[in-house]
Amino acid sequence: MRVIAAMSGGVDSAVAAARAKDAGHEVTGIHLALSRNPQSYRTGARGCCTIEDSNDARRAADVIGIPFYVWDMSDRFAEDVVADFIDEYAAGRTPNPCLRCNEKIKFAAVLDRALALGFDGVVTGHYAQLKTGPDGLIEMHRGIDHGKDQSYVLGVLTQAQLAHSLFPLGDTTKAEIRREAERRGLAVADKPDSHDICFISDGDTGGWLGEKLQDVNREGSIVDEDGAVLGSHEGSWRFTIGQRKGLRIGTPAADGKPRYVLDIEPVAGTVTVGPRASLQVDGLDCIKPLWCGSVPEELQGTVQLRAHGEEHRALVHVTDTGVSIDLLDPAIGIAPGQAAVFYDGTRVVGSATIASTRRGATASAHTDSSESESAR
Amino acid sequence: MSVYLDHAATTPIYPEAAAAMSAQLHNVGNPSSLHASGRAARRVVEESRETIARALGARPGEIVFTSGGTEANNLAIKGCYWHRRREDGRRTRIIASQVEHHAVLDQLHWLANEQQAEVNLVPVDSLGQIDLAALQAAIEADPDSVALISVMWANNEVGTVQPIADVVALAEPHGIPVHTDAVQAVGQLPVDFAKAGVDALTLTGHKVGGPFGVGALAVRRELAITPLIHGGGQERDIRSGTIDAPAIAGFATAVELAVSRQQQLATRLTALRRRLVEGVLSVVPDAICTGAIDTNPELRLPGNAHLRFPNCEGDSLLMLLDAKGIECSTGSACDAGVAQASHVLLAMGCSDEEARTSLRFSMGHTTTEADVDALVAAIGPAVDRARAAVRVMRGR
Repeated sequence: MRVIAAMSGGVDSAVAAARAKDAGHEVTGIHLALSRNPQSYRTGARGCCTIEDSNDARRAADVIGIPFYVWDMSDRFAEDVVADFIDEYAAGRTPNPCLRCNEKIKFAAVLDRALALGFDGVVTGHYAQLKTGPDGLIEMHRGIDHGKDQSYVLGVLTQAQLAHSLFPLGDTTKAEIRREAERRGLAVADKPDSHDICFISDGDTGGWLGEKLQDVNREGSIVDEDGAVLGSHEGSWRFTIGQRKGLRIGTPAADGKPRYVLDIEPVAGTVTVGPRASLQVDGLDCIKPLWCGSVPEELQGTVQLRAHGEEHRALVHVTDTGVSIDLLDPAIGIAPGQAAVFYDGTRVVGSATIASTRRGATASAHTDSSESESAR
Repeated sequence: MSVYLDHAATTPIYPEAAAAMSAQLHNVGNPSSLHASGRAARRVVEESRETIARALGARPGEIVFTSGGTEANNLAIKGCYWHRRREDGRRTRIIASQVEHHAVLDQLHWLANEQQAEVNLVPVDSLGQIDLAALQAAIEADPDSVALISVMWANNEVGTVQPIADVVALAEPHGIPVHTDAVQAVGQLPVDFAKAGVDALTLTGHKVGGPFGVGALAVRRELAITPLIHGGGQERDIRSGTIDAPAIAGFATAVELAVSRQQQLATRLTALRRRLVEGVLSVVPDAICTGAIDTNPELRLPGNAHLRFPNCEGDSLLMLLDAKGIECSTGSACDAGVAQASHVLLAMGCSDEEARTSLRFSMGHTTTEADVDALVAAIGPAVDRARAAVRVMRGR
């Protein structure tokens, strides 16, 4: 096949491109320029938008022996990922920009462009496995390295996208990939993993959002579950559901126990705090479901709610408006906007965006919360 | 074997130039040393200087060797600005065209931001030629405040030749020095330093069939220049650094060959360009030639063809042609490979989107009809695919 290899400048995508070439594909390396103002030679750069990363990708392509180009996707990225990220926070939700990027950029705009230009598919360094199922459909499974498995952020891919994707690293551990990169003479073999949001260069999501959202709810109140005002804050995006530290509430709770952020209401800027028990979530209502293969009516499997998060046993029902999930293993600190990815064993069934959470037997109208570790 | 249509980026080296350079690489001797080996190296350098001066209509003492075109442009502009401003504090203005190379434009921005220069960028017409009335107005607004004028001899992207004689005629009555970046012109057009009347002229080795890393500023002795690089004072005390005798030997050989063959080459390239443009238009009838091509072919570098392919991205075309072994350029500046729309095309009135549809094919001494025919054979399918990609992206 003629394929493009999306090369971030990191070790994974470099080895993926090399493996695709070894497998006999005609590979062209593509670095996606996603930032409108690429940072130059920032020390300790951990994102994937710097000139240094572009140069690393180019050097890897040289070593592998494939052509290399930079595709400017900065406009699409700004619109589909960055603006969406800000809008979601402004609306009190917690988006995962990596999922969004896979859904809208890497396996959409980039893949479509590649197909139109005469390529057959895209290779990436994601840790996930593709297999052909008994029904002939392509199945996506977790990567064998559970610490690095990235099937969660790929849960937005449809059968049509999977049919044009290659993930050559899913059957290998990260440690082996680094050794292989070393063997192949790739200088990025020991380059640190990227883990922050690539467009927030210093990793300070709260500060970055503060700049972007400075005209939105600068100040607000911190209240308890009964609505009693306990304090004030300078921007609700600074809070994470489940956050305990840095609340700066003068008066201790009546029972003396720590208080956690339970809810964030972005319009008034009200942050609700309360005991840990109130963070527990037993059910999720989700919108915008995307299915990797055929649509199940009901699924008894597991749900993952954050990148590298734990699996929760769950019952997933397809409804008229989306998907309803009963969590058999309760979750803590879940915010609307996060993605729920459904698994049957190791197989990704699909994903949906969390619209509201339910606690206990009764559903709580908990539709406008914000922030969680998934994006931080 | 690739089809190389990117001579404006760099030219294949003449075998004679490579031979002259490698011969000198084997000789020990610093041209500044006083012993026999030093004198032998110095002789190579001075003979090279004489060769280049002869080829360009300059005097040997007017040739200052540099590391290339960018350094020569910086030496001319910063060096002249600093000196002239120190002589007379009113001289704060630098006038240039909007379509200068980044080796000129970027230092002008720097001088404006860091050195209190006032930079006037004179607009160009739709062919890319400087608006002489606007230039005259800019000068006459306050002639005493103009430190220098810099206008390129021919544009690197669209090949448009500038009316240097007219620029000189406007500057001369006011005693304003004129610099011209002739990097693209030497070897393609007749370039005579003395006849042109300019005070400083930039050329570089690797655009004339010579080596990389060497160039020269031809600069009149009367024009005082403040040095950029301080040290041993090797080149007229305005450019220090150990003199690179091997590169200079290769450079001089290339300049001599390129200038002696210029007319013949220009005739051949003009015919090749016609074949290229007609061939491409026969396959892609809605392609658009940028700049002076139909109206007045003399206003254009003979080896330059610049075409826009509506509803295509130049980046896609470049990649598809490259995959077929055909090498060209989008002609735009790159940061981290992210193409900015060409400032030259924007100045000529193209929209941002139109500017991104362009490809530059530049031919030179090794280009053959077979090269052109290979491009014509490949361009149609490439345009079809690139257009499909644009349709898909727009439909999203």
